[in-house]
Amino acid sequence: MTSLQDIGRRLDELIAKPPAPADAAEFLSLGEETLEHWVKARGKVPTQDQREGFRLLALHRQGADKEPSFNACRETCRELVYHYNLLTLDPDHPETGQRAKMMGWVANHLYLFTSGKMENEQLGDFCCASKPLRENVDAKHNAQ
Amino acid sequence: MSEQKTKSKKEKYQEVAYYPGCALEGTGHAYNRSTKALGEELGLKLKEVDNWNCCGAMEVKNIDPKIQTYLSSRVMSIAANKMNMDVVMAPCNGCYHNLKKAEYDLENDDKSKEVVDRLSQKAGHETYQAGQVETIHALDWVKETIGEEGLKERVKNSLEGIKIANYYGCMYTRPRHIFPEKDAGPGTESTSKPHFMDDLLEAAGAENVDFPLKTACCGGAHTLSDSDTSTRLVSNILQTAEAAGAEVIATECPTCHSGLEMHQIRAEKTLGIKTNVKIIYFTQLLGMAMGLKPKKVGLHENVSDSFDFVKKKGLV
Repeated sequence: MTSLQDIGRRLDELIAKPPAPADAAEFLSLGEETLEHWVKARGKVPTQDQREGFRLLALHRQGADKEPSFNACRETCRELVYHYNLLTLDPDHPETGQRAKMMGWVANHLYLFTSGKMENEQLGDFCCASKPLRENVDAKHNAQ
Repeated sequence: MSEQKTKSKKEKYQEVAYYPGCALEGTGHAYNRSTKALGEELGLKLKEVDNWNCCGAMEVKNIDPKIQTYLSSRVMSIAANKMNMDVVMAPCNGCYHNLKKAEYDLENDDKSKEVVDRLSQKAGHETYQAGQVETIHALDWVKETIGEEGLKERVKNSLEGIKIANYYGCMYTRPRHIFPEKDAGPGTESTSKPHFMDDLLEAAGAENVDFPLKTACCGGAHTLSDSDTSTRLVSNILQTAEAAGAEVIATECPTCHSGLEMHQIRAEKTLGIKTNVKIIYFTQLLGMAMGLKPKKVGLHENVSDSFDFVKKKGLV
């Protein structure tokens, strides 16, 4: 399993080079690996299932189970899938270079959000969960 | 009330209770100024909620979400019972989100109703009952009253030649269950790909770029602190907007706006990443398109200096 740090490095390399539609599969795979880190950190085995034809979406759903704040990256995952479809179903489209470039930035956002949330679990609580941030802090305090 | 319910949105939203919220009196003052100026220019009436209070924002919600529900309900109670208004317009995503959440809680959670009733009695005002008012965002307000066609007719300085990435942030669409009017078929707002701001700015002549991070997380509650995570997330949003060809990021929330502006500066200092994209409220852009001067829409109150830009684009 690629470390989160190496996923970040590889994304930086891909974003820096001229965009290519052939990178679509790697961006999607890096997205899946990013989500695997999150799922594993929650003590679960990353699913091999697919949703709407994509493992990425199944992994996101698994990651957001009982963790509604993880829905903060739901649309980012769906944008990644959308760009994958654009690039693979119509690789000769005149906008293909731009689409590949955008897919790279979207994959990077998923990586930054997930890695950020691994360090700071409250990320996303503001909007998506409407869950009091103090909940976990209080639970820890009461357990002591 | 029954007469109000038979009115169309266009009629109902002509005069609304205006709930600016705390941010619009501080960091987001430019949004306050531009919303009022735009409303005046468009002939729409805003009646500020009497003696309004904080919606509960993050600070109260973190400690006791039911107190947040009460605080938001008090604003709606004043609008409904004291001002006899049917619609509350909140331009701030945080306020809009919290009023919507309170509405949902009061409709679905008995415990919330109990707490709100008890605190309302203690505070000496009528308890807000779910459904007494409709809470809308500034985007709904302009879209439903004036609409794209109305804007096209009123444009004095077209936004033609300005490439815009529309950033809606998170609280305008999440969590989906508190926004039952969205995703409700043609013409309604989408929670996965919101488009109301795109529609309005395009009507004023702007060119919207294909921007895939419209609702992406910017670090949320950490945006206004010095979180490195927020800086990295915001920097990625800014770089993506530039890579999409945008010269401007249009915003519709004071928290998003401040976060983007502040972390744009911080990203340059801490990450060495410089971006030049301008950050401007949609009400400022529409106001200037309607012929209002930049100062009238508070452009001088933004951190991100865009005077030269708007001058170059013929908006002055």
